[in-house]
Amino acid sequence: MAEPAKTIPNSFRAGPDEGGHFGIYGGRYVAETLMPNILALERAYEEAKADPAFDRELKAWLKDYVGRPSPLYFAERLTAELGGAKVYFKRDELNHTGAHKVNNTVGQILLARRMGKKRIIAETGAGQHGVATATVAAKLGLECVVYMGEKDIERQKPNVFRMRLLGAEVRPVSSGSRTLKDAMNEALRDWVTNVGDTFYIIGSVAGPHPYPMMVRDFQAVIGEEAKAQVLEAEGRLPDLLVAAVGGGSNAMGLFFPFLDDPEVRIVAVEAAGDGIDTGRHAAAMTAGTPGVLHGSRSYLMQDGDGQVVEPHSISAGLDYPGIGPEHSWLKDVGRIEVASATDREALDAFQTCSRLEGILPALEPAHALAQVIKEAPRMDKEQIVVMNLCGRGDKDIHTVADRMGMSL
Amino acid sequence: MRERIEGRFADLRAEGRAGLVTFLCGGDPDPETSLKLIRGLPEAGADLIEIGMPFSDPMADGPSIQAGNLRALKAGMTLPRLLDLVRAFRRDDDATPVILMGYYNPIHRYGPTRFLDDAIDAGVDGLIVVDLPPEEDGELCLPALDKGLAFVRLATPTTDDARLSAVLANTAGFIYYVSITGITGAAAPVATRVGEAVARLKRHTDLPVGVGFGIREPAQAAEIARQADAAVVGSALVDLVRRNLDGDAAGPGLVDAVLGKVRDLAEAVRGARTP
Repeated sequence: MAEPAKTIPNSFRAGPDEGGHFGIYGGRYVAETLMPNILALERAYEEAKADPAFDRELKAWLKDYVGRPSPLYFAERLTAELGGAKVYFKRDELNHTGAHKVNNTVGQILLARRMGKKRIIAETGAGQHGVATATVAAKLGLECVVYMGEKDIERQKPNVFRMRLLGAEVRPVSSGSRTLKDAMNEALRDWVTNVGDTFYIIGSVAGPHPYPMMVRDFQAVIGEEAKAQVLEAEGRLPDLLVAAVGGGSNAMGLFFPFLDDPEVRIVAVEAAGDGIDTGRHAAAMTAGTPGVLHGSRSYLMQDGDGQVVEPHSISAGLDYPGIGPEHSWLKDVGRIEVASATDREALDAFQTCSRLEGILPALEPAHALAQVIKEAPRMDKEQIVVMNLCGRGDKDIHTVADRMGMSL
Repeated sequence: MRERIEGRFADLRAEGRAGLVTFLCGGDPDPETSLKLIRGLPEAGADLIEIGMPFSDPMADGPSIQAGNLRALKAGMTLPRLLDLVRAFRRDDDATPVILMGYYNPIHRYGPTRFLDDAIDAGVDGLIVVDLPPEEDGELCLPALDKGLAFVRLATPTTDDARLSAVLANTAGFIYYVSITGITGAAAPVATRVGEAVARLKRHTDLPVGVGFGIREPAQAAEIARQADAAVVGSALVDLVRRNLDGDAAGPGLVDAVLGKVRDLAEAVRGARTP
């Protein structure tokens, strides 16, 4: 096995290489049945990227259908409460469907239409990606099947109902830990079976090449906007970016445009569940080792025999044993720092944000906020933090109420 | 080593018949029963033996083999124990080729180089690693070939002529044609399409062609045996393991049930080309 890369590259934004590798991570670890499809997808994506008409249509959808640009919002009372750096939220929870996921599904469904695919499949954890996929599939009148773990169906009922209202079929997955990882296994099995007419919209910067690159590119609109917005508001770049990572798409979207700005510190926040030392967490970069799952090599929660360990997080969107390969590479080369927040800390941050800012954050960005709550007080008042508020918390009120000992 | 596979296919050619390749999950439903099953396979008529390396997330497998993987893991199966299983089998049988089949991560975790050395030492002849396409040959496939193991590649209905040369380039032992686009144990293959596909592969390679995925019954195996060099049966046998469980443990008739099925399949395969 190769050693992790140690040399510092000229640019942190040059990857992946032709084989889809970011250092030792990434790649195309899939069954032969899928290889021709993955290669065709890569070609179609490269062609679309070079086509001004595709870019125009994507931008029009993002503006008129998604509602972009999302605001960069100064969280004044939170800043005062923390007594340190100025805290800004990138308000991707204000997008149509309530999270950042739609930035990517819009891009991929336009690609699916370009490729003449008639059937859309997706995996979902919290249901946000499933809803965002069902939404764009409805808009184009395409058949849509979403795989979702039984455990997630139980804790994200509102999103399951939303997907059904949007005309999608939600297929419960009962294998393994009955969460996001198993939903992805099942979506891959569907794709292998229906390879001719089906387009698989992966929701994170994970999976085989070209998905990690393609999803990153579609999500990078978050960071591009944030960069322009913070320059306009403050006349300079932020000192710190913070985002939560499950598979890592909202974080990569915010981070990517800033990777070559060395003055910007970047922190990815993993889900520590009951605590890293309990083993009941979903912190692949903090506590995992490099492994191969779902088509790419990356940090992975696994045992000594290479069996995938079941993750635990209060947040269904972070409850995944892996992480996008580009994050693993950025961690190894030292460009991003990795922190973690427990279920408890995320719940506290959820309530703090609700009370101080009048915003119910999703439990995923509540993990990022928990890190901001630790970092901001240690920083100077002139310093700037930008956090990706990547989803709204309406979907999580049952989970939060349950943990607070209340019934709705 | 690959010679054992090549020799076995040469013998089959000399006998003028196709071979039967059987798949079972290593350690399913428990290591002891699994060894009994594997030891019984050659006498029951299996010409080559595939043993599944258990993995928690077998993405290309249907419900039967998924369940077999999980049973084996629950019974404490690990990759080192699987190699012990092969070692124990090799003490009594020096002729039947053994091919390990599975996913890359357990090997990645074990360490590819150490794994290849230990597999050869245990008596393994070839590997099928479902999620290592030619694009990722550097890590395991090429070192395996260098050390003398066969690396058996899957070709599928989606593998077009342009891609076939890449698929065949570093394949050794035989080529495994996946007769359907789908997961293991799914719909049965259509015999005429299989015949055409095998003919197409034969235009590109001198390697023997084994055909699998979806072959469950002796008559289907015979049909495949008329058109290919070997028929591969897996899910049907793994299902028989499940149906003969007593709770989580092996029921009294399990070994006989599985080996009985192998006998029926072998008889059909052996008789397939007799007029």
